[in-house]
Amino acid sequence: MPNANPIPKNKVSTAWLFKMAWRDSRKNRSRLFLFISSIILGIAALVAVYSFRDNLTRDIDEQAKVLAGADLTLESRKPADQKMIDSMGVERSSERNFASMLYFVKTEASRLVQVRALQGNYPYYGNIETTPAQAGKDFRNGRKALVDKTLMLQFNAKVGDSIKVGALKFKIEGILDKAPNQTGITASVAPIVYIPLQYLEQTGLTKIGSRIQYKYYIKYKESTNVDKLVEDLKPVFEKSNLDYETVSSKKENTGRSFKDVNRFLALAGFIALLLGCIGVGSAIHVYIGEKLGAIATLRCLGLKAKHAFYIYLIQIIFIGLIGAIAGSALGTLIQFALPTVLKDFLPVVISINISWIAILQGIALGLIISVLFALPSLLSVRKISPLNALRASVESEIKTKDPLKWLVYFFILLFVFVFTYLQMSSWLEAFFFTGSVVFAFLLLAGLSKLLMLLVKNLIPNSMSYLWRQGFSNLYRPNNQTLMLTVSIGLSTAFICTLFFVQGILINRVTLSSGKNQPNMVLFDIQTSQKEAIADLTKSYKLPVMNQVPIVTVRIEEINGKTATDLAKADSLSSLKNKQNNENQNQNEPSKGAFSGELRVTFQDTLTAAETLVKGKFTGKVSSPSDIIYVSLEERYAKRIRVDVGDKITFNVQGVLIPTVVGSLREVNWSRMQTNFRAVFPKGVLEDAPQFHVLMTNVPNSQIAAKYQGAVVRSFPNVSVIDLTLILEVLEELFSKIGFVIRFMATFSMATGWIVLISAVITSKSQRLKESVLLRTLGASRKQILTITAIEYFFLGSLATGAGMILALSGSWALASFSFESSFTPPLLPIFILFVSVVSLVVFTGVLSSWKVLNQPPLQVLRRDA
Amino acid sequence: MLDNSILDVQNINKIYTGAGRSLTVLHQINFSIKKGSTVAITGPSGSGKTTLLGLCAGLDQPSSGEIVLNGNPLSQKSEDELANIRNLNIGFIFQNFQLMPTLTALENVMVPMELRGDKNSKNYALELLEKVGLADRADHYPVQLSGGEQQRVSLARAFSNKPAILFADEPTGNLDGETSDKIEKLLFELNTLAGTTLVIVTHDMELAAKTDRIIKLKSGEIISDETKAVVDNFSNSNV
Repeated sequence: MPNANPIPKNKVSTAWLFKMAWRDSRKNRSRLFLFISSIILGIAALVAVYSFRDNLTRDIDEQAKVLAGADLTLESRKPADQKMIDSMGVERSSERNFASMLYFVKTEASRLVQVRALQGNYPYYGNIETTPAQAGKDFRNGRKALVDKTLMLQFNAKVGDSIKVGALKFKIEGILDKAPNQTGITASVAPIVYIPLQYLEQTGLTKIGSRIQYKYYIKYKESTNVDKLVEDLKPVFEKSNLDYETVSSKKENTGRSFKDVNRFLALAGFIALLLGCIGVGSAIHVYIGEKLGAIATLRCLGLKAKHAFYIYLIQIIFIGLIGAIAGSALGTLIQFALPTVLKDFLPVVISINISWIAILQGIALGLIISVLFALPSLLSVRKISPLNALRASVESEIKTKDPLKWLVYFFILLFVFVFTYLQMSSWLEAFFFTGSVVFAFLLLAGLSKLLMLLVKNLIPNSMSYLWRQGFSNLYRPNNQTLMLTVSIGLSTAFICTLFFVQGILINRVTLSSGKNQPNMVLFDIQTSQKEAIADLTKSYKLPVMNQVPIVTVRIEEINGKTATDLAKADSLSSLKNKQNNENQNQNEPSKGAFSGELRVTFQDTLTAAETLVKGKFTGKVSSPSDIIYVSLEERYAKRIRVDVGDKITFNVQGVLIPTVVGSLREVNWSRMQTNFRAVFPKGVLEDAPQFHVLMTNVPNSQIAAKYQGAVVRSFPNVSVIDLTLILEVLEELFSKIGFVIRFMATFSMATGWIVLISAVITSKSQRLKESVLLRTLGASRKQILTITAIEYFFLGSLATGAGMILALSGSWALASFSFESSFTPPLLPIFILFVSVVSLVVFTGVLSSWKVLNQPPLQVLRRDA
Repeated sequence: MLDNSILDVQNINKIYTGAGRSLTVLHQINFSIKKGSTVAITGPSGSGKTTLLGLCAGLDQPSSGEIVLNGNPLSQKSEDELANIRNLNIGFIFQNFQLMPTLTALENVMVPMELRGDKNSKNYALELLEKVGLADRADHYPVQLSGGEQQRVSLARAFSNKPAILFADEPTGNLDGETSDKIEKLLFELNTLAGTTLVIVTHDMELAAKTDRIIKLKSGEIISDETKAVVDNFSNSNV
């Protein structure tokens, strides 16, 4: 055997690799672009969300002073020490706000509103926006009021009309267009009415038991470092139970409250992007499969495996870059729409600016994701044998056993996980999200494999040729079953889950307002008014369905430990938990669980919504020396870590009452009635300061209006909640949230469709020869279209069905475990959704075959050759 | 082994295993090919001709035995080393032409030269296209060329890296009689001009008869190995 001659190395330059990548892409650029277009919408959605987030952060920063209206805001459930307040800042304003009924004198209509009684020149930054503009200042000078614009419209009121707040009449001075820190949504949930503070006493609404919030707005000299000042005063504020907010903490809080919105929007965009990635991945798989011959020839001519890999990697990088740039450009345009979509939720005016950081993030993301998802197929290029140039049968399919591929799959998972973590800031949530995506993917992939297996083994030979051919297209080589099932299934699952959850939430409210359920709630009833209101209710032939006393108490001690100590110990353990887990368990007690106010009742029997789960319910205390056994709601007991037999001392308006936990109850909170965390037996709290709640069922809106009017006229301190109205508000709220959800879901739907088109076009080239061959053998247009329609009908049905099963299971789990509600699948919408998606799949599939049928077979065969 | 041999095939066996069975495609194949000679490997379908060609060209590895191409033993070589050997020593002509559809005729011819880093590839490729009579079609894509024209481009590409040995797999198998004749003529002309060793795998005995030597395979074994003189004598004696 001769000695081996030294082999000079061939010198493939990087420039040549780029040149080859360019040449090789020539006839495929439009197709490659179609593959990559799957990610354009996902990138666009994310860039839009990121740009919006950047603009929002900047606008909150710039408008924080106007948002807060003052340098420092103090808030408490009790009046603060006026001397202390007077010693602060250069200017001060006071506000008391509470819920009360507003009565329109002219129309005799009434509605529950949020009354803000204001004194002083607040806001010091920005304005109370009114029509006429001067009204925002002028209303403070007399018995004048500002009324929210939606209320004015709803009750057909005009400036100059009279309204009644409690016992006092006010003239409407102006329409309240926007109060400081008010969003469109808060206005519709709790419309605001401003009155001057000096008239509050005369309204008669400030009796003991009224739930009034006291607010103090303070303006400091511009040179004052308010944050430093607040830091020094913190102990004083805490001692006086005063909550405080500065401009910088307002900025922080507002930003934080929008974090969730941004997370939702970013995740919705990311799901669209993931769907696109699946499309990219499988399209590139088919693309590389088609390049088998060319790659084998290049290998025969001496191209190294890694160089073949680089050629296609360069193509993907370039096309991915183009896709990412296109997506980022589109996203920058879409961000103009986001403030319009979200306007009802925004407290600040959003300015539109191009966010270069968001654009760069989008481009980087698009590039990474297109390369990452194309890599499993690209790696196969290294394994293509040059022998394929001699005989095509050597590798009809690219071999998949490659350890590097598993590494790529790992990186894909890692990428999804890390990206989700960056959105959620919680490892646990990121883990669940990634896990759910993987589970959904595996389930859909498993289902498609099952379908292929079943079709292969169960389709009888006796079936007509067209059906057999259509079915067998589902499992034959180069089928698109797996890819289409996963992409259509995931997008259907996502869209349906959003739809079902919206339904669950609306149903939950609607169900609780059934015919025999109370639909009107009267609260703040004084003990002296109890009988009279019951009589008034009966005089309108309305049932008194639930009339309970409510006493406000605080926990003073549990098993000898004071609430302050318990709260301190608890905040320490929570902190530890937080450090350990990054995620505070929802069931952990919070500082508020011990220090907050608790509304309790006393009753001698359990109501229909209550079930005893532990201990013995005691309904009455016969002598003052008896042990007082209270009953706690079981989850509340868990939160404050007490069980049957533990001792709790309650502070009832200054009087300490020692009790023992006698029983635990399970409470059905979704029932429309008053429910309590703690229930006392009769014979203890009868003389404590209390108010009462009455519930009734009003058959229609005319009687509702008359009854409400009568209540407000006779008992001005009593507030009435009309549940029908709340439902209307909720529906409005849901339709607004639904709009945002639909807006984001559109990206997923459109991406799903692009993936579908791209998949069908890809599979078209696989099916082309076959269709032409069938045409040559004499198959009619109808026959070929029927075969195609059957194939896509079953594919579409399976994918949509699987997606819907995922959505139904997910929604059921959410309803059962998260919302604690029942879930009944809405059959008609499910049917309509199913038919729509399947029709779209069949339509797209058939349309792609149409072109082939309109050309002579030879022309197609020649072109394909 | 001959001193002036370009290809030595020593005790080659090729066995495919799969689905619990093994299939011997080539059994104890031995031969040497002289530099500058022309050889035809013939035999019925399934006799192992293409497999043998693949092994000789370093496209696949034998189950046992050794192949030495232009002094380079091919066994134990990595895929990249084999690719390098092919680029420097071998030219290919395929039955189905295997032109890259996204490259023009000129670019297809340039590829082997570009792979070895030749700076003057374009001029030489044009020269070769001129020789095969397709200089005016240099910018055409394969789909714009007829089958015969595509095979002529393929011929130009095969000679572009000035190979020491040229493997042709059924070079006229996809062409009509008249075009086949033209391609055969061109192939032998270019081969004589370049002094390349030519190995043709073919069913076509007329084409095989134009070579110096015919190796006949049947069921994976060489059943005859005859030089041109013997073939001619045999043909004459049968007239």
